[in-house]
Amino acid sequence: MVIYTEGLTFKFGHQTVVNSLSLRVPEGSIYGFLGPNGAGKTTTIKLLMNLLQTQVGAIRIFEKDLQTNRIGILSQIGSLIEQPAIYAHLTGKENLLNRALLLEVPSQRVDEMLDLVHLKDAAHKKAGQYSLGMKQRLGIGLALLSDPKLLILDEPTNGLDPNGIIEVRELLIKLVTKHNKTVFVSSHLLAEVERMATHVGIINHGELLFQGSIDELQALNQPLVQIEAENTVDAANFLKRNNIDVADINEHQLFVPYIDKKQMGELNALLNQNGFTVYSISKQQKDLEKLFLAITQNA
Amino acid sequence: MKGFILSFRSEFYKTRKTMAFWSPIILPLLLCMLIFIGFYSGSDKLAKQPGVILWLEFAGAILGVMGSLILPMLIVFIAYSVNNIEHKADTWKTLFSLPISKLSVYGAKYLYAFFLIFICLALFVIFTLGFGNLLGAIKPSLRFSEYHMEGLLTKVYFKLFLSSLGILSIQFLLSLLFRDFLKPMGIGFICTITGDILAGNNWKYAWMFPYSHPFLAIQSLENGKHAQPGPGGMPQITVDLFTKDIFVSLAIALLVFAAGYFIVLKKSVK
Repeated sequence: MVIYTEGLTFKFGHQTVVNSLSLRVPEGSIYGFLGPNGAGKTTTIKLLMNLLQTQVGAIRIFEKDLQTNRIGILSQIGSLIEQPAIYAHLTGKENLLNRALLLEVPSQRVDEMLDLVHLKDAAHKKAGQYSLGMKQRLGIGLALLSDPKLLILDEPTNGLDPNGIIEVRELLIKLVTKHNKTVFVSSHLLAEVERMATHVGIINHGELLFQGSIDELQALNQPLVQIEAENTVDAANFLKRNNIDVADINEHQLFVPYIDKKQMGELNALLNQNGFTVYSISKQQKDLEKLFLAITQNA
Repeated sequence: MKGFILSFRSEFYKTRKTMAFWSPIILPLLLCMLIFIGFYSGSDKLAKQPGVILWLEFAGAILGVMGSLILPMLIVFIAYSVNNIEHKADTWKTLFSLPISKLSVYGAKYLYAFFLIFICLALFVIFTLGFGNLLGAIKPSLRFSEYHMEGLLTKVYFKLFLSSLGILSIQFLLSLLFRDFLKPMGIGFICTITGDILAGNNWKYAWMFPYSHPFLAIQSLENGKHAQPGPGGMPQITVDLFTKDIFVSLAIALLVFAAGYFIVLKKSVK
């Protein structure tokens, strides 16, 4: 495991912000750390970066204890926490050069980064004049500067336009598949994480509600039979009288938990034979967004 | 140690285009130049003065303006600037997630502020001597060449530097803790005025109050004007470098440095 936490708990005063969190981030994964705003994502990340002192629990990164190996561990992590930290009075290139100085990275690496995040043309412009998206890209360039093994990114696509979002996503996928990096990326948008993550952790009110591979998350997602019928209310009542569960209902459709194809045929026949005209019947996967809401709201 | 040097270099790199770096250079140049112009235009009245008095008047004019108000305010400004650069850019979190020990990052910033004040005071010595000798050269009626005060002036300014470390460390800590300018500025201003009043009225315990220290340091030269003539007819001015106010200043600097480091370790980084 690249990141391993055990019983990680953090309180601001009396408020528990992170509650016995046990993260498992395998090597070579893109770990999507999901949760609504205020769920404790940034606090967790700050704990991982040793910006907050661990109160209860343990953090192991690269199989080493963070408290006792802080510098060695931090030298292999690139991070972008909340909005990118950029000196507005320096140019984009100077921001990178300053960090290169601190990290003892050769200055040619700065040009590579400018190229990578498409800021070559704006390299000599004051970073304060950058657009939000450019700042975010510079922030990613800064995070990648030391060629770290682990990237920790807090909402990296915030403020990016759709093109920028796609670019960042492709870049992260490339880093993992071609350069053997591990990426830990937080987000409050499931749709975004779903497109790139191999693993997912869902957090709300400081507690980890789900953790596993993206396939495991999909498996939780129970399919439904969507039936479009003439009179959905009467049809639903009729099904209930026949001991068939109805998961959801609206004016035009009703939903029954999917079992198999045979069950779909039987439902169709049953309804039609009893005077409820079925206009259409199909299997439907609940989208992950709804699943995410269901997981975070049931907690 | 390497982390400290890297951090220190980075501090310079970040500030080299800002007023934080340039104000300690421009201030002595400007102030010495103004006094130079004043002496140049009033040279007729000063022509009869012996060299030693000329030097004391010239250096004293610069020191007088600077020590009681401008130096403490410059300290407030520098302590604010080197911290504000991180507050403004939201970069504390990046600084403290570098693979460099927190002590190095914090210590480099702290010493960089000291370094800027040191540069400023060193330039005051250089410009005072430079402009004084220039006056003597272009207006030979002013007998600046009669007396040499390089050693004395260096000693006074070094004492001034030591006396300012207490204030600097307090202001540094205030600026580290508070994002806004008004709190450290307001506290610094009120304390400076209080310090000047206390020292100016020769309060018995002024040596215990760090904001009085620069004033006390300058007094050591002012007292020199009433010095008794020595063997060569020249007054023997001695400046006692390590007086009890200087020890208080150094002790406060050390104490506040340690307290600040403790706060940095425990404080959650925004």
